[in-house]
Amino acid sequence: MAGIEVTALHKRYPDGTVAVEQVDLSIGHGELFVMLGPSGCGKTTTLRAIAGLERQTTGDIRIGDTLVNDLPPAERDIAMVFQFYALYPHLKTRDNLAFPLRAEGLPKSEVLKRVDEAARLMRLGPLMDRRPRQLSGGEQQRVALARALVRRPRAFLMDEPLTNLDAELRADMRTEIKHLQGELGATMVYVTHDQVEAMSLGHRIAILNKGRVEQIGTPLEVYDRPASLFCAAFIGSPPMNLIEVEVADGALRAQGGLALTPPPGLSRDCHLVAGVRPEALEVTAPGAERSVPARVVSAEWLGDEIIYVVDHGGQRDVRVRMPPTVRFDADAPVGLRHTGATPAVYDLRTEELVA
Amino acid sequence: MAVSVDEAVSTGPARDRGRPARRRGGRGRSVLEVALLTVLAVVMLFPVLWMIETSIKENRDVYAVPAEFFGFTVTMEHFKDVFVGPDGGRSALSVAFLNSVLVAGASTVLATLLGVPAAWAYSRFAVKAKKDQLFFILSTRFMPPVVVVIPIFLMYRQVGLIDSKLGLILIYAAYNLPFTIWMMKGFVDEVPSEYEDAAMLDGYTRLQAFRRHTLPLLVPGIAATAVFALIFSWNEFVFAIFLTSSDSVRTAPPAIAGLIGGTTTDWGLVAAASVVFALPVLVFAYLVRKHLIAGVTLGAVRR
Repeated sequence: MAGIEVTALHKRYPDGTVAVEQVDLSIGHGELFVMLGPSGCGKTTTLRAIAGLERQTTGDIRIGDTLVNDLPPAERDIAMVFQFYALYPHLKTRDNLAFPLRAEGLPKSEVLKRVDEAARLMRLGPLMDRRPRQLSGGEQQRVALARALVRRPRAFLMDEPLTNLDAELRADMRTEIKHLQGELGATMVYVTHDQVEAMSLGHRIAILNKGRVEQIGTPLEVYDRPASLFCAAFIGSPPMNLIEVEVADGALRAQGGLALTPPPGLSRDCHLVAGVRPEALEVTAPGAERSVPARVVSAEWLGDEIIYVVDHGGQRDVRVRMPPTVRFDADAPVGLRHTGATPAVYDLRTEELVA
Repeated sequence: MAVSVDEAVSTGPARDRGRPARRRGGRGRSVLEVALLTVLAVVMLFPVLWMIETSIKENRDVYAVPAEFFGFTVTMEHFKDVFVGPDGGRSALSVAFLNSVLVAGASTVLATLLGVPAAWAYSRFAVKAKKDQLFFILSTRFMPPVVVVIPIFLMYRQVGLIDSKLGLILIYAAYNLPFTIWMMKGFVDEVPSEYEDAAMLDGYTRLQAFRRHTLPLLVPGIAATAVFALIFSWNEFVFAIFLTSSDSVRTAPPAIAGLIGGTTTDWGLVAAASVVFALPVLVFAYLVRKHLIAGVTLGAVRR
């Protein structure tokens, strides 16, 4: 196992499209590192550049201590799992697993041993003599994972491996991948556009947008203090409320009277936006202590929680996450108050976190 | 006889259109449909039938007025004449058939060898101005052969390719290449590039990955494309008649056409030669009909 260093990666295609503007990553030995972003943000291109399937225009990639810029994929000692599994359709599971080992020219007994080992790890026993088309999506993906395992590579690259599975299976496979990664202590780079996957799997998450890294951090850091307005809007469902505020009388004040605790070290002369998570707000009875008058616009009853959309006289309605026991009717006059800690504050012009 | 293949294609959709209508309409409607289709089939197939009849009639029955549909004396004389010359050796027609086999076969192989890798490259790689390049390639097929045959004749005369089999092979391959590239690109697009990616990570070069994993999956597509190219080369007339003149080089279409004219025309021989000429393509198309349909309907259904 080895860490991966990506320095000043830039990828421009011959037809002029820029897939990756600039990406710097430092992925630790044994880390499960997630690259998250909307489609076209450059995450898959970055991964393919690490794999050697794309040649970057400029920038360096190191796996362990080796500079791999000019190495073909096979010599980088990495394994990749694809969105469409890419199992060879004419080969049985057993031969699909053995394929990379035979390509490497390992002796028969060693091939057999490693294939059995991977099959046991991924519980493929009854599937060994079937061809890919006789396997379900989940089974195919387990075979694809096993095929990545047999090589004992220095790092695993996963390109949206769970996207084609249905929701239930996806949750199972998520657990399985996380367990596997822990067991092997493997360095794993995992690309996804699904924030739930990113949050639940990643030791650290890199959020990419338009070919640049917006933020790198642990799932909690990324959730609590998004580094930019893009991250704030991307992570969380429903997303963070972005409320335009002004600094006055030692508080952040929004239109409509909502007041938030200001973080220290704010400069006064910029347009500010406070990012407030839906669970950091509370809908109360009208006139409750520290609350501002507001009105329920609509309510989404999700069973385990209720998302209220509340008009508090500000420029935009806010979303509030409440337990299902607290019920207000649509259009009812209510109070709104901030219960969370100091909010993240962004400069409206640079769209970046200021405090 | 080139028409027979086109007929097979054009009646196909007609039948398909009939099917749902029959389900919707009443009995009277379906009777009408069957009647109309029968008329259509008779009209379409009558020339074919007449050709077959003529090929086995004696010459006096061919010219009989009124024409005889039944009850004429069956003879295989004409078919013998197709292959055996008046002096007992090989006839000029049989040489023409061999030339056709050679020219059509070689030009198809050449177009496939060049076109499949090109299609793969256009499908897989980011090429500068890819769409323009592909359009340019296609645009070479916009003109009918008649338009370009004079300049090609002049060029061929300069380089000494006039009246040579190699010249025909080259021009047919060039004419089939755009079609091969476009059709094969469709097939390559259908094969996920991840197979190649995975194979490259497993230690293969890109070309090896293509040969070992993508190529086997492309075989049905290659078969369909090659059959279309083969049929074109087999039936081609304009280039053949302009660019070749001697009996030893001529392909079958101009050779058969050459039988007509002069003081008398041996219609029995013309018909027999046409039957012999049509058979290989019919048999071949029948053998690979599944692939042909795959080729015709490619991209028609979105998955």
